[in-house]
Amino acid sequence: MNFDFSIFWNALTSLNYVSGAVLAILLAVLAMVLGTVLGFLIALARSSGKRWLVTLSGVYVGVFRGLPTLLILLLAWNAAPQLIPALRSEAYSPFVAALISLTLVQAAYMAEIIRSALLSVDAGQPLAARALGLTPVQTMIRVVIPQAIRIAIPPTGSELINTIKYTSLASVISLRELLTTAQSGVSTTFRYAEFYAAAAIYYLVIVTVVTVVQSQLERKFLWTSKDLPSASQPEPGTVTLDLKGTKA
Amino acid sequence: MIPSTIEPLLSVSDLAKSYGANEILKGVNFSIKAGEVKAILGASGSGKSTMLRLIALLERADRGEIVLAGRRLGVADRAGKDTAASERQLAHQRRDVGMVFQQFNLFPHMDALHNVALALTIVQKVRKHEALEAAAEMLNRVGLGNRSHKYPRELSGGQQQRVAIARALVLNPSVLLFDEPTSALDVELVGEVLKVMESLAADGMTMIVVTHEIGFAKRVADEVLMFDRGSIIEQADPETFFGSPAHERTRSFLSHVR
Repeated sequence: MNFDFSIFWNALTSLNYVSGAVLAILLAVLAMVLGTVLGFLIALARSSGKRWLVTLSGVYVGVFRGLPTLLILLLAWNAAPQLIPALRSEAYSPFVAALISLTLVQAAYMAEIIRSALLSVDAGQPLAARALGLTPVQTMIRVVIPQAIRIAIPPTGSELINTIKYTSLASVISLRELLTTAQSGVSTTFRYAEFYAAAAIYYLVIVTVVTVVQSQLERKFLWTSKDLPSASQPEPGTVTLDLKGTKA
Repeated sequence: MIPSTIEPLLSVSDLAKSYGANEILKGVNFSIKAGEVKAILGASGSGKSTMLRLIALLERADRGEIVLAGRRLGVADRAGKDTAASERQLAHQRRDVGMVFQQFNLFPHMDALHNVALALTIVQKVRKHEALEAAAEMLNRVGLGNRSHKYPRELSGGQQQRVAIARALVLNPSVLLFDEPTSALDVELVGEVLKVMESLAADGMTMIVVTHEIGFAKRVADEVLMFDRGSIIEQADPETFFGSPAHERTRSFLSHVR
């Protein structure tokens, strides 16, 4: 059996694949946004110093990083409605179940990324902000978070890419994302290579776009007066100091 | 009423602070009048920086009082009783005290102009364009008018520290605290920062300067204080302090820094 390019091309350009890709992107982006918000709160709880908050958030992170994402999806879609009657309604679709599952998982990972990003902001920064009369909330929003974002961008990009790939797990709860679309093509034609290859192309394109956007974003956070990365080099005649090394 | 020139602008009494079992500051007393410059010398760990942080309300004292222009700092009046001020109330009280740090601590995500303008807009609620104008003016004053759109990482250490001075100064504090402002600088950059500080002193700014720059203390300070193990052991005008120090520890310290 040879690779039939026309089957591959028809699959690649079919509306099913496009809608599968859109669904995967939508699910991944929503799960990341909601997961980041939830993760930020968990990160604050973990560094709050309040014992019950630290314990609770620690347990959360332990559970949702510990369980396989596939198992969480199955629990959300199959097990939860048996225990909670409200989830048996029409509104609880595979998309909603997948979104809740991926959000809960991503919140655990994002909490750790955000916590370490907040910790890595130099202690002198909030100190200087407070000395200027900024309130704790103003200090967080105007001084600490912008610097933490810079540190969090690369690992967050990786997490978004992971989430995009995790959406394929939702095929087990019959969400019509990319992999389900490929599977249904395979099941009627037994053309594995062509249908899987078409799905692979979509994943690669999506991930490439994410990578490009991430590097654009990183350039925005170079904090220089010019746009080019080379601007981070000091100008001739200026003297730079190794600030980390001169701590008295 | 006593004329304000005699009344101290800022006075500190029995100020103490411990970290665990380690008593860093053992109840110090001193006061400064408006327009005066006090230089503080002492080995590292002698409590100088801790005292500045307490006055700047960045840390809470274990005991003692800080009174600025007749108002006790760090406490709030609650039903006629003095209680520890909340973080929000402390933030409000900090407006009157400016602080310049050894490591500059400029905000790396803003250019020099916005570093200076930030607190004007969000703390003092000055309109954005007015704040930027005031910030530009202040950068001119420290000789960095042509560097206002540079980010901290594009500036030399001396330039960064001058921006940090402008950032504190633009809020019009009644007293300016310097915590070893030139200790992190290469030798050739120290002069430009000291020059700015001297011109501030000449303009009548009230300043408390923790420093190892003996020359600066001699030229600019009205009084020099010697810290040792959490206490002020000597306090005199520069001529007496450097000419005939009374305390053995002061003599030993001066022989090491000179």
